[in-house]
Amino acid sequence: MSSPSETAPMTAFEAPALPAPRANATRPLYWSVRRELWEHRAVFIAPLVAAAVVLFGLLISAIRLGHHLTNLPRFDPAQDGGALALPFDFAALPVMATGLIVAVFYCLGALHNERRDRSILFWKSLPVSDLTAVLAKAIIPLVVLPLVTIVIVCALHLFMLLIGTATLIAHGLDPAPFWTEVPWLRVEMTLLYLLVSFSLWYAPIYGWLLLVSAWARRAPFLWAVLPPLALCLLERIAFDTSNLGELLSYRLHGGFSEAFDVSDVHAGHASMHLPTMDPAQYLSSPGLWIGLVFAAGFLAAAVWMRRYREPT
Amino acid sequence: MACIEARGLRRVFGKTVALDGVDLSVGEGRILGLIGPNGAGKSTALNAILGLTQYQGDLKVLGRDPWTQRDALMRDVCFIADVAVLPRWMRVWQALDYVAGVHPRFDRQRAEGFLARTDIKRTSKVRELSKGMVTQLHLALVMAIDARLLVLDEPTLGLDILYRKQFYDTLLNDYFDHSRTIIVTTHQVEEIEHILTDLAFIDHGRIVLNGSMEDLAARYFEVMVNPDQIETARAFKPIKERQVFGRSIMLFDHLSREQVAPLGEVHTPSIADLFVAVIGGQQGARQGASA
Repeated sequence: MSSPSETAPMTAFEAPALPAPRANATRPLYWSVRRELWEHRAVFIAPLVAAAVVLFGLLISAIRLGHHLTNLPRFDPAQDGGALALPFDFAALPVMATGLIVAVFYCLGALHNERRDRSILFWKSLPVSDLTAVLAKAIIPLVVLPLVTIVIVCALHLFMLLIGTATLIAHGLDPAPFWTEVPWLRVEMTLLYLLVSFSLWYAPIYGWLLLVSAWARRAPFLWAVLPPLALCLLERIAFDTSNLGELLSYRLHGGFSEAFDVSDVHAGHASMHLPTMDPAQYLSSPGLWIGLVFAAGFLAAAVWMRRYREPT
Repeated sequence: MACIEARGLRRVFGKTVALDGVDLSVGEGRILGLIGPNGAGKSTALNAILGLTQYQGDLKVLGRDPWTQRDALMRDVCFIADVAVLPRWMRVWQALDYVAGVHPRFDRQRAEGFLARTDIKRTSKVRELSKGMVTQLHLALVMAIDARLLVLDEPTLGLDILYRKQFYDTLLNDYFDHSRTIIVTTHQVEEIEHILTDLAFIDHGRIVLNGSMEDLAARYFEVMVNPDQIETARAFKPIKERQVFGRSIMLFDHLSREQVAPLGEVHTPSIADLFVAVIGGQQGARQGASA
């Protein structure tokens, strides 16, 4: 039988000598990304608007297309599927392009605006390191925007499927082949692959833009664009070569030919107009890895700038 | 333990010497007023203490090097730079969520309690709030953080007198206890005079006067000199003499109360008068020398 005299020393032993300092569990990176999304709602809204415009255009086009369909005896995806599926990867393009434009302007403002409106003094009054703050900003173009884009594109495709089905039914055609014979999964997988490979390919560009954003006192867009162009021009005049220009052009356009097998596109038998994914070629491309090294360097410099620059 | 210990703090920008060997020691539980003319080095000194700028010399804040250990230090240090720095796009609930998400010592309920006393709506954006309300919001956030050092750099700039008074009253009644340290810079010295425990004057990157309010009250006397005592009083070499309503008011340094008492009516000088005498006198001398 336990008596109070037995339990009392126990509790006295268990009682802490001092109350432990109260500390909330914190997630600085998570909340830093959330705060970027609060500030930059264009990350969601701009691709959504692009998708809405595409959808609206296709609705009108479906109504017009309906008149042609009435004359068909039956819907054959082998012949007509191309015509109907063609809009599916093209419809994704405006959304993806919007995502890219948002990424560029986001990066240019990310470390510049907080200095211009002096809110950097508020951010720096909290225990969030410069590394965390800059990483959170890099995550937006590298991770968040591709994710947002693919979700919106999938939703857009779903709406388009419904519109297509409704159009076929309205004109007395069987919509089943439309669902079975068009390779939806492959379309979405290809687009996801495209987005991931492009965001990694463009990582050094985002890194450069973030660095300029951390450095430039004003007009970060001009500082980001004009010096590389001036260097290209200088090289052209001084040495009559264009190595730098080709390098930049490779960075801007080369991602696609590294990530996809482009030989069959030229051969002209690309099924459903989908390029063939080639991850092995992409991952073994030196351009990818050199680019990532540059991206890491630019980001490190941006962290350094944010740390060392005197707040004014 | 000293909260802030600075020895020979120097900071040079190009040819401008912003800090020229600052020695400063601030004990725990003190409220220090750092007062100086524009460009004297106040902000640079505060930036050094907050780990926002590099410096030469020795500086320890709460036992840490603020430049190399900044991330750890910021858990124990808060600052309000001035009312304009809260991000204008942010909503009040976002500010609460964010600070709660990143600060281990933030007590959200406390912040909500402070906000409940104001007219600030949770869904308002900072840009929709008046300047006074932005200060209330910032103060609510900061006072809910269990910090050991609070740095206020012109916290009431541009506020009307009601908000200014409320700001310091709230700070003193609801926040300050003797385990916390506060440093405040302001041009409205008369408003913080009664809350300070310590005073430091900074001019041209140097600390020209530093001490507790008691020490200063024992060292400086302001005397409204009786007309028949003026020559005697002048012989004691006042550091400042001014005329008010035809009477001479002299400020004496390093005299005892017994020495000044016969000269006339003795007061403790206000910070503003002391400031004018100590810093204005030097500037006047320099201008005279360069002319």
